[in-house]
Amino acid sequence: MSTILILEQVLNGLQFGVMLFLMAAGLTLIFGVMGLINLAHGSLYMVGAFAAAAVAGLTGSFVLALIAALAAAALAGAVIEIAVIRRLYNSDHLDQVLATFALILIFSEGTRWVFGSFPLFLDIPAALSGPVTLPGGIQYPLYRLTLIGAGLLVALGLWLLIERTRIGIQIRAGENDREMIAALGVDISKLYTLVFALGAALAGLAGALVGAIQSVQVGMGEPVLILAFVVIVIGGIGSIKGAFVGALLVGLTDTLVGIFLPEVLKLFMDAAPATSAGSSIASMSIYILMSLVLIWRPSGLFGARS
Amino acid sequence: MTRETLFNAALLLGLIAVPAWAVLADEPFTITLATRAVILALAAAGLNIALGIGGLVSLGHAVFFGIGGYAMGILAHHAQSYTNLMDWPFVIPGTKFMPVIWLVAIVTSALAALVIGILSLRTTGAYFIMITLAFGQMFFYFAISWSAYGGEDGMSIYVRNSFPGLNTLVPIQFYGLCLAMLVLVLIFSARLRRAPFGLALNAARQVPARLEAVGMDPTRLKLVAFVISGVITGLAGALFADLNRFVSPSMFSWQFSGEIMILVILGGVGRLFGPVAGAVTFVALEHFLGGITEFWHIILGLLLLAVVLFARGGITGLIAGKEVRHD
Repeated sequence: MSTILILEQVLNGLQFGVMLFLMAAGLTLIFGVMGLINLAHGSLYMVGAFAAAAVAGLTGSFVLALIAALAAAALAGAVIEIAVIRRLYNSDHLDQVLATFALILIFSEGTRWVFGSFPLFLDIPAALSGPVTLPGGIQYPLYRLTLIGAGLLVALGLWLLIERTRIGIQIRAGENDREMIAALGVDISKLYTLVFALGAALAGLAGALVGAIQSVQVGMGEPVLILAFVVIVIGGIGSIKGAFVGALLVGLTDTLVGIFLPEVLKLFMDAAPATSAGSSIASMSIYILMSLVLIWRPSGLFGARS
Repeated sequence: MTRETLFNAALLLGLIAVPAWAVLADEPFTITLATRAVILALAAAGLNIALGIGGLVSLGHAVFFGIGGYAMGILAHHAQSYTNLMDWPFVIPGTKFMPVIWLVAIVTSALAALVIGILSLRTTGAYFIMITLAFGQMFFYFAISWSAYGGEDGMSIYVRNSFPGLNTLVPIQFYGLCLAMLVLVLIFSARLRRAPFGLALNAARQVPARLEAVGMDPTRLKLVAFVISGVITGLAGALFADLNRFVSPSMFSWQFSGEIMILVILGGVGRLFGPVAGAVTFVALEHFLGGITEFWHIILGLLLLAVVLFARGGITGLIAGKEVRHD
């Protein structure tokens, strides 16, 4: 096994991880600020991907497609926040789970109704296609490298937004004491809609960016949603830093174990059973990681509350 | 007699009368639908113990349903191909005999529920929901990559398994068997609620701190409830596999976990007959709305939203009014 292959897989893991971060950041922000568990976050990811694929199909411009994805997901987020989610902030988690599960059913079937059951395709823009040569002679797809860069930039921007701006102060204050900041004259319901739309936009962006390397189809959001849950359980619910560390851990574990475990097992057993056992265990690896973190720290790596 | 008792009696009567009519009118498909409703009700009755009494919002109950299904699938697969499940250190052959399959389904889902429960109950609230969901997904991916037993395609079983004294190939006889299991589980649930264990579990949901103050361990009570709940759902999985004579990873899917939860909520969470009302409604909706439009999930979603936002007691609550409080 060569160093080049290992480095390539590490980059793949990073790329997967930063995209998971975009999903997990919105989820954890919404949970931290509003105390809401949002299963429909995967639907917003799907909305972003479909909006991007539709606009790219019409105009051929990837930039416009990304803008459409952000706008459509943020709009869908704001609409469901005002129509449904708002009524759930004081409900227990069971009601939140059910109502957002109902939203998934509506979004998925609605999308199938509009776009049909066949997957759409979103092409990588010409300027970003093809491989680049990294130092050390590694050939790596430019688009995936751009995804890593874009994800890190968004992470940085989000950190600046939360830590350095007035809105960020309000969001952090909202996490701690919603009555108090309402009493100080902050329009709390507008703030909640804003946070929800921000989380939705991040999910939509992730959907569009990943949509270019996978097919865009109904139900694409839920597997990512569940991985994002694993991420925030590992990182600690409500913590953006936890989401970042958790996302990279999950991305790297999923990619590296899937590639290397069968190889390691081949040292001890025959090739065919090693491959099948390796892929079975690899598909469970991130959940095993999650269990280990939970045994060690039940409220996650950076979680304050349980 | 309260309105809820009357409503429950009417439901039970319907579950006897409709299939009886179907036999006379020679409508085997109606019997299949009724069997499906009864088995789903059984799965939901399992979840209702964890969710309704124990307050455990498990979004991973498809794990036990799937384990029950695969217990049936694996045993019957070996029996129909005349191979052994294991040759070493013991010889374990497959079987087509339902009681043995059920026993295996019960033991394996109890073990899974014990392990998942011990890990998940370290946490509460939103963490618990996400972790049970994640464990469900873990089993789902494991089933997909388990190529020895069909992998992504699942397994077909050619002939329904046998039960002593019955011909399970006759739809109404298999239905009767499933209904009997449901009634047994409902009787068990009714007794469980009134037993000291059920009362303590109820308290563990409402005020765990007081329970601890009188020297009981709420986590242990919840763990036992989770295992009982998983076992019942696992048994339902074995029956469901026998109904379809097919098992596939979709029995483990998180959508199915959501569906079982919908059944409980639609019927009325914590109500003894809630899962039955929910499952009957769900199967009826699926059949009639599914016949009208292939996008019937939109209507199901809107209905579910309406129940969550406006009708907290579900169907039982709408028809029978608020639950009578005994405390």
